[in-house]
Amino acid sequence: MFSGFMTNTWIVASIVAVVAGVVGFFVVLRGSAFVADALPTGAFAGAAGASLIGVNTLIGLGVFSLLGALGIGWLGRRARHDVAVALALVVMLGLGALFLSFTVEYAPEIFSLLFGEVLGISVNEIAPVAALGAVCIVAIMVMYRPLMLSSVMPELAEARGVRAYRIEMAFLVVLALATSMALPVVGALLIFSLMIGPPAFARAVTDRPLVAMGLSVVVALATVWIAIAVSYHTDWPVGFFVGTAAAVWYAAGRAATALRRTRVIRQPVPPSPAAVQASR
Amino acid sequence: MGHLLRAIVEPGFFGSAPVQVALLAGGVVAVVSGIVGTFTVMRGQSYAGHALGDLSVTGGSASFLAGISPLWGFAGASVLAAAVMDMIGIQRPRGRDLAIGIVRGAGLGLAALFLFWDTTRTSTTGAPITILFGSIFTIDSSLIPAIAVFSLAAVGIVAALYRPLLLSSVSTDLAVVRGVPVRIVGTLCLVAIALAVSLSALTIGAILSTALLVGPAATALRLTSRPGLVMLWSSLIGIAATWLGVLLAYDSYYWPPHRQGWPVSFFVVVLIFVFYLLAQVVGQNTRNSRNGERACSRAS
Repeated sequence: MFSGFMTNTWIVASIVAVVAGVVGFFVVLRGSAFVADALPTGAFAGAAGASLIGVNTLIGLGVFSLLGALGIGWLGRRARHDVAVALALVVMLGLGALFLSFTVEYAPEIFSLLFGEVLGISVNEIAPVAALGAVCIVAIMVMYRPLMLSSVMPELAEARGVRAYRIEMAFLVVLALATSMALPVVGALLIFSLMIGPPAFARAVTDRPLVAMGLSVVVALATVWIAIAVSYHTDWPVGFFVGTAAAVWYAAGRAATALRRTRVIRQPVPPSPAAVQASR
Repeated sequence: MGHLLRAIVEPGFFGSAPVQVALLAGGVVAVVSGIVGTFTVMRGQSYAGHALGDLSVTGGSASFLAGISPLWGFAGASVLAAAVMDMIGIQRPRGRDLAIGIVRGAGLGLAALFLFWDTTRTSTTGAPITILFGSIFTIDSSLIPAIAVFSLAAVGIVAALYRPLLLSSVSTDLAVVRGVPVRIVGTLCLVAIALAVSLSALTIGAILSTALLVGPAATALRLTSRPGLVMLWSSLIGIAATWLGVLLAYDSYYWPPHRQGWPVSFFVVVLIFVFYLLAQVVGQNTRNSRNGERACSRAS
């Protein structure tokens, strides 16, 4: 399970989990689950396009997810946010359907892009994934304070001179990079599970942002490792285990919230989560 | 004139049985999606609509596995997912998207498993593609009565609840004050969305059914703010996009590169998007659209 070609899988999956844990924390905080869902699904079309013209899949994914992010940002200025995301998504998927009809690609290959493929990672793929992952983490670190402020208290952020639109765009681009690097590993339809399940749990357990972010990374790593191990033994698609694990984490988070709420009632004057987050 | 018509409409277009079924089923689905979609967009539930469409994939893949008609799989899974979403609380605006995402993720995980079993056990390698992207030209004409029943159910729910649904979509607080059972109305609306989406998932494909649900309704809301007119416009736009898409797909049979036809879904989506952008240009110049937008943003 740890020998030969599987080593690549473990390395790449761990990188993906770390990035998903960090970026996903802000996805949950900003309530942008729909975008985190739409970008990888739409970027899938880029993979089909890349295989059509014969370039690296990662380039196709990157280009499409970036275009998707910019399109969502642009449409979102003029329409309701969920409508903008839905429209951008369906246009990308329409193109994907077109590209797929042009190629004579095998169905199993499409299946692995949609739902993830544990064994399909070569040594050459590690370096680009690691580089993209590093870019994502650095970008989040650089804009940590304004991003945090505009996620938790948008009005205060505006008053402090944080441009909400720019932050949103920058975050969308980071999200696009993160999804395109993670997509070949976990699959288009389930990368967002990894991005929302562990952070949702972490956020429910603690109010302290950095602790929550760390916890979300740890949980994401555990999720991916368990999913790969079980998938390796059962030969079932890895996406199934990731999706199920995310749901389990979410349920655990909900249970933890309910538990904390009953405990808080007994304590005198608890500080509100927003105040705690803002003071840090 | 005759030549021009023949150049646009390939000979044999109206005579072909798959095309007739496609036009009929596509038209029905477009109307249902247009009506239900109006409330989907007004209530800000595009994500729920999209997720339900994808979740009907799970049902579709399960039905392939069980060997029953895909319609039951699509509709059953979609309505079941709507019930689960409702149960874990997508009514609350805060954390709603998160809950939808979690349900969608778990459902798609199951779909992955079912499709995996489908493809490994029965070697129907085309199954994932057929289920995900659908094919309007391969609808079984024996499904049409069932499609009609499901669409009547979806439209019936919306028609029966019309006024309370409209009120609770525009202002929840006002609806509560007026004694509308907001929770039940919301649940039933979600069921109507689930039915509509599973129908369109079957015809233009699970993933692209979002286009018919959200696109025409969002376009219509840019053109007018009167609810009845919005529904009329969005149905008309949906029909136009679907029928033109079918026509273009039929014509594209002789287009490059493989001479095997471009996918209907592509044409339908592009047409819907073009209509939306056009409506944006038109709507910006009229006062009406601004009112519509305001009514629409108030609903959130």
